[in-house]
Amino acid sequence: MIGLTEAVVRFGPRTILDRLSFVVPVGRTLAILGPNGRGKTTTLKAVLGFQRLDAGSRTAPDIVGYVPQTASSNQRYRAIDVVVMGRAAHLGLFGQPGPDDFDIAHAALERAGASRFAGHFFDRLSGGERQMVLLARALATGSAALVFDEPAAALDLHNQERLLTLLNGLRALRDKAIVFTTHDPNHALAAADDALLMMPDGQSLFGPVMETITPGHLERLYGVPMRIVDLPGPGGDPQRAVLPAFAGIRAA
Amino acid sequence: MATVTQELTTPVVRPHLARQTAAFAVLLVLLAVAVVASLCVGRFSVPAGRALELIWQGITDPARDLTEIDERIVLLVRAPRVLLAALAGAGLAVSGAALQGVFRNPLVSPDILGISQGAAFGGALAIMLGIWGFPLIAMVFLCGLAALILVGLLSRINGRTETVTVILSGLVISSMFSAVVSLLQFVADPNTSLPAIVYWLMGSFATATWDRTLVAAPGLVIGAFLLWMLRFRLNILSLDEAEARSLGANTSLERWLVFGLVAVIVGSQVAVSGIIGWIGIVIPHAARLIVGHDHRTLLPASVLLGAGFMVIIDTIARTATAAEIPLGVITALVGAPIFTLLLRHHYRERAGS
Repeated sequence: MIGLTEAVVRFGPRTILDRLSFVVPVGRTLAILGPNGRGKTTTLKAVLGFQRLDAGSRTAPDIVGYVPQTASSNQRYRAIDVVVMGRAAHLGLFGQPGPDDFDIAHAALERAGASRFAGHFFDRLSGGERQMVLLARALATGSAALVFDEPAAALDLHNQERLLTLLNGLRALRDKAIVFTTHDPNHALAAADDALLMMPDGQSLFGPVMETITPGHLERLYGVPMRIVDLPGPGGDPQRAVLPAFAGIRAA
Repeated sequence: MATVTQELTTPVVRPHLARQTAAFAVLLVLLAVAVVASLCVGRFSVPAGRALELIWQGITDPARDLTEIDERIVLLVRAPRVLLAALAGAGLAVSGAALQGVFRNPLVSPDILGISQGAAFGGALAIMLGIWGFPLIAMVFLCGLAALILVGLLSRINGRTETVTVILSGLVISSMFSAVVSLLQFVADPNTSLPAIVYWLMGSFATATWDRTLVAAPGLVIGAFLLWMLRFRLNILSLDEAEARSLGANTSLERWLVFGLVAVIVGSQVAVSGIIGWIGIVIPHAARLIVGHDHRTLLPASVLLGAGFMVIIDTIARTATAAEIPLGVITALVGAPIFTLLLRHHYRERAGS
């Protein structure tokens, strides 16, 4: 289980998080949506324990599997050596990863669909491939909580599809509490059970996707008129999609 | 699915391992050749077989009286010097490798934390006050540590320490101490203490004896050993702050542990052989080209390469001319071009990828 209770974060005179509460039990996935600068990243940092709370509390396991948007190390490691770093918390300060840890790392790479990159240099992989390796590292921690920072932000449509499939695969096993941030409400519809809408007025709305991802709420969220359409999905069953009704659409 | 994984990963992983093993074999041979050569060459040259025989006798029967001249030269003059050079080179190289990892900056070296300059100040002050021997070493070590603590205090802003403020504080403390060292040189007696300070600052193993080697050895060996123990943790610390913390590292505490170990190593080295630049920056880069960036292999490779390189440099320093050339001069003359080549190689490769 991972979440915040009545969390308050202030930067100087600005209150970024105002008594924010949400909870993600094991087996559920939460999508956090909000306009730029509203505090999505601060929320993630607070959940991960990197952001000091001015009030309120945080619920999280000791180690949270964290999947950053990009890895910033300038070091050239092989992908498998990046993934085995997920074992660090189990190994302690002077510990070295052994065969068991490498087995866990290989299994995590396989689960993330990135086995074929194991021996490749991480810095030579594409953005989407790196993300799969970083996901494998988060899985290798063995944590029951996974936190993704804007996982779709730098991905093309094909890779977004692949990411959402992966997220859904993890969700289907119902053995993790998953949190991700996104700019696209369709990602919440596609891969989340719950959504947290961080409104521009400082309020926030937390609840099941079907109740929170509605045109009215999204118009408040982004200040753009929104439409919801039901389309036949790839399997023939109806699939819900959210579209912004930009000026161009009205003109047409 | 598992068998498919095996097939896909094995071809990439296996040559990696074979390459690493070969690289370490070459580094070991290089170090062994450098050590034996250094024991043999000099104004009084000793055949390699005889040198090894003498070393063996020295190890098996250390209490024996040394009567022959070649015994005395190899066991009392060259052996402690070679050992000290090897330990110092290994210590500086492994410190550089660890710091570059922790700072995520390939241009960082042990000098950057102000330790070298702080230690230099301690040594210069001791020489000026006429203090020699163990008290000098103690002063050097304490001043190096004091410089590190000053950097720590200066870089701590609102209870948090950012990497960039550590580097900037290191620069500030370094230049402050080097200014004070210049001041000491300015007021030092030009007939006695000034030449001693200048020569000491330039770095040399010429004064190496078993006593001095044994004074420096514990700090160098223990410091390097503990850094080597931290090799996997250094991989974690080389990630960005949030990633490292999410993987369970207490980043600020662990960074200071690394800095402290580097202070022990550099302080021990500077105390007995003055400031030796470039090793801590050139050797880790060269080692990275040979065995890759993973600290689990980078640290041992840096130890072997640093030890071998330092022994070779020291041998050149004492044999190239009739008088000893200061080490700092040779490491800079050799190190600067090598570093330029490495840097150009690095960026050309990066631009190509």
